[in-house]
Amino acid sequence: MKNESKGWRGILLTAFLTVLAVFFLIPVFLVLMNSLKGQFYISDAPFALPNSETFVGLRNYWNGIEKVDFFSAFGYSAFITLFSVAAIVLFTAMTAWYLVRAGTRAANGLYYLFVFSMIVPFQMVMFTMSKMANLLRLDNPVGIILLYLGFGSGLSVFLYSGFIKSIPLDVEEAAMIDGCRPWQTFFFVVFPILKPTAVTVAILNAMWIWNDYLLPYLVIGSRYRTIPIAVQYLQGGYGSRDMGALMATLVLAIIPIVIFYLACQKYIIRGVMAGAVKG
Amino acid sequence: MQKSLRKYFAVFVLPTLAAFVIAFLIPFLFGLYLSFTKFTTVTNTQWVGWENYIRVFTDNNDFLHALWITVAFTVVSVLSVNLLAFGLALLLTRGIRGTNLFRTVFFMPNLIGGIVLGYIWQLIINGLLLSAGVDITYDPKYGFWGLVVLMNWQMIGYMMIIYIAGLQNLPGDVLEAAEIDGASPWQKLRRVTIPMVMPSITICTFLTLTNSFKLFDQNFALTAGAPMKKTAMLALDIYNTFYGRIGDEGVGQAKAVLFFLMVAVIAFLQLRATRSREVEQ
Repeated sequence: MKNESKGWRGILLTAFLTVLAVFFLIPVFLVLMNSLKGQFYISDAPFALPNSETFVGLRNYWNGIEKVDFFSAFGYSAFITLFSVAAIVLFTAMTAWYLVRAGTRAANGLYYLFVFSMIVPFQMVMFTMSKMANLLRLDNPVGIILLYLGFGSGLSVFLYSGFIKSIPLDVEEAAMIDGCRPWQTFFFVVFPILKPTAVTVAILNAMWIWNDYLLPYLVIGSRYRTIPIAVQYLQGGYGSRDMGALMATLVLAIIPIVIFYLACQKYIIRGVMAGAVKG
Repeated sequence: MQKSLRKYFAVFVLPTLAAFVIAFLIPFLFGLYLSFTKFTTVTNTQWVGWENYIRVFTDNNDFLHALWITVAFTVVSVLSVNLLAFGLALLLTRGIRGTNLFRTVFFMPNLIGGIVLGYIWQLIINGLLLSAGVDITYDPKYGFWGLVVLMNWQMIGYMMIIYIAGLQNLPGDVLEAAEIDGASPWQKLRRVTIPMVMPSITICTFLTLTNSFKLFDQNFALTAGAPMKKTAMLALDIYNTFYGRIGDEGVGQAKAVLFFLMVAVIAFLQLRATRSREVEQ
């Protein structure tokens, strides 16, 4: 690529992109700004900066945290996301490897069943899945991990399988000849090779599960609120919603994502690129 | 190797398979069955044949209206998101200073969840409409275009990343050769760049297509269908039918099956597009 950073065209381009970047950041900034204003000053003048009359400090934050029990919402979201992603990364890798290497007709059939599940929209199974969860007592933060493993397995098995097919068999055969059992071969030889795909699988599933609203709402929403459920809960169905608490909760919901993004940006962007094939 | 593997089926496949059967396969098959029954819970089903499917279209106009809104929204979003993302990708592959910072900023909204995005944009759009003395629920146009803007804000960065990857893989000598042959910048774009990033264009088109078509959270948080279900897209209409009125669950499930079939058709077209592309190369 040629370098255009010098000269007036480069300056113009940089200026244009800077303006655009500011526009991209304004929505988040607006929410942050309004979270510092009294709740009755938000809807009436959302674009006004807080002044001595409207500024309320962190009162909206204490309000919001108390109303939705934000720290437990954060805890549930973190717990469910962490363990669901860990389960998906490990178990679907094992499954994908087995299905590719077994290569039997049954294994292929199973693979296509997993792939098929990728195209089924959640609405198709939302009612029956939540009933199933009630029936099997999976309607708690531990049980929901199993649901995420099941519903997330399609994409993950698909991504892993694509990569495993490109790994030459020699290494695994050598390990087997040296006396490794299949589980040793998998954990000591195959899984380390799968690491790039594992990162992609982890990133894509983490983005989905952390932000997921409908599945946890239908399955555990009446007793446990994750962050998206907490935000929606503040909205309520009634007219008298507390805009201040809503703004503060929105900010609190965005902060962990921004921290995670800045810390793992390299992996996230690489993961998105690698996962783009899913369609 | 295959023989020694067989007895490890239980260890390697069973955990995923059990979860898959419980979370997906049984709910899917049972959902198909329920679409032909009348039910309020799963234990009081009563076979009614095609009645639910007929009621989808005869009870009211909601489903067809939602389909129309979904299609319109999908077309507008796919075009706007991809054009803007491709344009940004072109600007960000010219080696200007701060490229990484810009990329970081443009991608950031994509990580924010749909519910949160919906309320952020509700605040902004209501603020912009304040001078007119109305809010987003006043006219379906506001909700529709608001959702388009939201979708662009969320998806442009994601698609831009994929386009940048495609552009970076372009062989530089082809572009140089075109330049030496006297091609104008527009000709270079039309005749060289675009044909060579066609794989990225296919991927991005289908990603935006399926994401727009299946959109729920953003729609739910931004307008929840207001006014009068006029901005409800298909996924939201199915949700409302299911949990809105007792006795309509079967109709909701029938709508969900139809929705699934539409998504399946889109996926099938995508598979064909990808296949034919592979043959060309």
